[in-house]
Formats: sequence, C-alpha cells, structure tokens
Amino acid sequence: MTALGAGRTAPRGLGVRVAEDVLYAVGLPVLAVGLWAVWSTRSANRFLVGPRPLLDAFRQTWIGPAFVDDVLPSVYRLLAGLFASIMLGVAAGVLIGRFRPLREILEPLLEFFRAIPPPVLIPVAMLLLGITDTMKVVVIVSGAIWPILLNTIEGVRATDSVMLETADSYRISRWERVWLLILPAASPRIMTGVRQALSVALILMVISEMFASSAGLGYRIAYFQRNYLIAEMWSGILLLGLLGVLLAVAFGVVERRVLRWYHGMREVTRA
Amino acid sequence: MRKILLGAVGLLGFLAVWQLLPALGLVDRHDLPYATDVFGRLFHEVRDLAFWRRLRLTMTSWAIGLTVATLAAVGLGTVVGLVPFLRRATHTTVEFLRPVPSVALIPLAVLMFGLQMRAALVIIVYAAFWQVFVQVIYGVADVDTVARDTARSFGLTRYERLRYLVLPTALPYLMTGLRLAAAVALILAVTAEMVIGNPGLGRMIELSRSAGDAVGLYGLVVVTGLLGVVVNVVFRFAERRSLAWHQSVLADEATR
Repeated sequence: MTALGAGRTAPRGLGVRVAEDVLYAVGLPVLAVGLWAVWSTRSANRFLVGPRPLLDAFRQTWIGPAFVDDVLPSVYRLLAGLFASIMLGVAAGVLIGRFRPLREILEPLLEFFRAIPPPVLIPVAMLLLGITDTMKVVVIVSGAIWPILLNTIEGVRATDSVMLETADSYRISRWERVWLLILPAASPRIMTGVRQALSVALILMVISEMFASSAGLGYRIAYFQRNYLIAEMWSGILLLGLLGVLLAVAFGVVERRVLRWYHGMREVTRA
Repeated sequence: MRKILLGAVGLLGFLAVWQLLPALGLVDRHDLPYATDVFGRLFHEVRDLAFWRRLRLTMTSWAIGLTVATLAAVGLGTVVGLVPFLRRATHTTVEFLRPVPSVALIPLAVLMFGLQMRAALVIIVYAAFWQVFVQVIYGVADVDTVARDTARSFGLTRYERLRYLVLPTALPYLMTGLRLAAAVALILAVTAEMVIGNPGLGRMIELSRSAGDAVGLYGLVVVTGLLGVVVNVVFRFAERRSLAWHQSVLADEATR
C-alpha cells in the first residue's frame, strides 16, 4: 500500500472496510449465480442445469452412503499419494541435491520422466500392479513426485554456502545439518513444489478412477455422464471443484505456518 | 563434457536395468517387455505414416488449445490486471475456479461436443488458461511505481505505456506462464484422447492397453515422454531468448 492509499482509507471506520471487502469477495460470485439461475429457467439446453436442481442433486447424491463409499476412498488415496510423494520427493531431492555426481548422472533421466504426461502411466501401472488401490496411489505418486523432487533439488543446491561451511567447522553432525539447515533452507522451494503437486495429484485421482475403478469420485462422474444423469454429473463436478478449493486453502494455511520465518524475513529485507 | 558423459551413463544404466528386469524374471515379460523389443517396435513405427498422423492430431489439438488459451488469458489478464477494481472483484471467483481440476469437465465436454477434438479442446483450454492468466495478472500489476509515475509525467500515451512499460514488466511472467501452460496442455491433450477417445497418440495408448499389446504401450509412453522433453526444451529456449535483455538472464550469464 502506498502512503497515498493508506491516507485515503484510514478515516473510514473498520466496519465500512470489512463490508467493502465482503462485497468485493462475494459480489461477482453472487451476480454470476443469479444470472445463471435466470438463464437456466429460459434456456432449453438440456445439458445445463440451474443452481436449484444442482443443489438438490448434490444433497441427494453425495450426502449419505455415497460419501463413505465414493468420496472418502478417493480422498484417502489422494492424501496417501500426496504424503508418499512428499516423503519420497524430499528424501530423494536432498540426496540428489547434495551429491553432484549423482545429480549429473540422473539429470537427463529426470528430465525425461517428468516430461511424461502422468496419465499415460495409468495403463503401465495397471499392467504392473493390476487394478488395485495400490496402483492408484502409485499413479498419483508417479505424477506428483516430480515437482516436489525437482524443486527440492534446486532448493538444496541453493543452500547458503557460508552457512554450510559454518556448520562444517562447528562439526555439526550430518543429521542435524540436514534437519536444521538444509531442509529449512530448501523449504520455500519445497512448498512451491508441493503446491504444483496438489493439482497434479487431484487430476490423477480422477483419471485413475475413470479408467480402472468401480467406485470413487472419478468413476461416479463418468457413470452419471454415460447414463445421462445430468444434474448428478454437475454435482460431481461441483464436488471435485470444492475438493480442489479445499486442498488449496488447507495448503495455504500450512504454507503460512511452515514458511512464517521466510515471509517475515522477506518483509524485513524489503522494508 | 563431464556432464554429458555422466548423463549418458545414467541413461544407459536405466536402459540396462530395464532390459535386465524381465530377463532375470523379476517382472513378467508380458508386463514389462524388453527395452530392445520396445525400441525395435518404435523404430518400426516411425517408418509408418499412421504413427505420424496420430502425432499430428495430438500436436494439433495441443497447438490450438494452447493458442486459444494464451490469447484469451493475455487479453483478459491485461484488462483485469490493469484495473484495480476488476482485480479485487474477480479475486475470489478466480481462486475458486482455478483449482477445479480440468479433467472434472471431461464428462461435460463429452456431452456437449461428443467424442471429438472439440471436447478435448475444452479441457486443454481450461487447464492452460489459468496458468497464463494468473501470471499475466501478476505481471501487469508488477509495474514499478516510480517507472509508472515517470511515464505519466513524461506524458506517454496509453499505447506507449502499454508498449514500453507494461509489456516489458509482464513479459517474464508471461513467458513463465506460457512454459507451464505448454506442458499442461500436452498432458491434457494426451489425457483427453485416452479418456474421450478422439484419435491421436492418447487413444492409441488406450487401444494398446485394451489389446494387451505391452510392447506398443511402452513404446508410446516413451514417445509421449520425448514429446514432453521437446516441448519443455523449446519453451525454455524461447523464454531465454525473449528475455535476453532481462536482469535475471543477464546475471545468470555474468556468473557463468
């Protein structure tokens, strides 16, 4: 905020400002839903449904046993895949980032593997692992691990060399060095990688279920579409959207906590 | 030189492991065929016109999707980014729409457009659009205040301000967005073909799978990976070239 802007907003009360923020935040969404409601009553397109039927379908489809049978297993696989990706990606990233020969040997391979469009690996995983839960988690990991791994490598490489040498001369043990210096130093990059991994993981969760499943969100949505259950299909899309937003919000909270020191440091250097 | 040598060692090592896994019986030969078989088949495929036709279809939907998404994102992003009112008013909507996984729209696209390239384009454009849009908004809003005030007091016209002030500021952001969008568009071009079934490399992968043709399947996976590498390399090169004047690239070159 510039000094000019601050001077302009300061005399107004807190309530006015909060009201303005809320108006800005919900104004366009409310307007859009309103237009959509009006338009859906006049439009003859049978593939589009209005907000009211959509909400009804949402309640009937997802609240109840479907939540336990379809939503929870999907979310569980998603979280398991993400967790494994973070663990493996960070561990391998620290290793590869620390040892230059290893990095040079693996570089072209990593370049190739991260360029493979991840959904292509679903048929491969089906061959190697069969149609199982493990296979779906492996598919999620095989796509989500790359942004985490590559960002961790970059972050580890960029660790301040003076600090590393200081740690050396104080004879700080290898574990402590990784735990107290390298990981924190790389954490901003790691978090960037995790954020990219979130969207990849969500895509792979859906696709793997569309391909090889008899339950789960992706399967349900494809099923509704094939049976022309339009409102139900839309409710599935809405649910996936909500899931995406929820993940993004949860990530934002975690990131702010983990990187609090980093954002604080940036503010100080900027000021 | 050392780097190239070690990289080659890594690649060869990987291929050797791949060859040995089925040879030693650790993995069934039908699930993981020999590397030599896969590359032999690829060599055969490359001389087949049908392969190139599929490749062309995939890359066509990729190119159309990326172009449409980029044009729309640059246009809308510039307007929204330059007008503070719009930026504030669209913030929540953008933050809600952006994380919606584009593949969730596949059923909808299929219903509206059938099993055709148009359905695939909906998915590709949706996914690629946000990558560029968000970057353009950040980039356009990042104009240095001193530079902006200077431009005002020198009486630059609206066009001149866009050309000499906003564009150079936003270009690094735009190129980053474009690079990310190109990769995402390729992923979704192939994915759409696999799920929707419009002709292209992705559909061939799905067909190989259902026919139990493991050799062909692995070959196509290698092809899509190489395609991805080419797209990455080309866009990274374009990024460096178009930003040759920019501080980040200059500083990189100076330390080399």
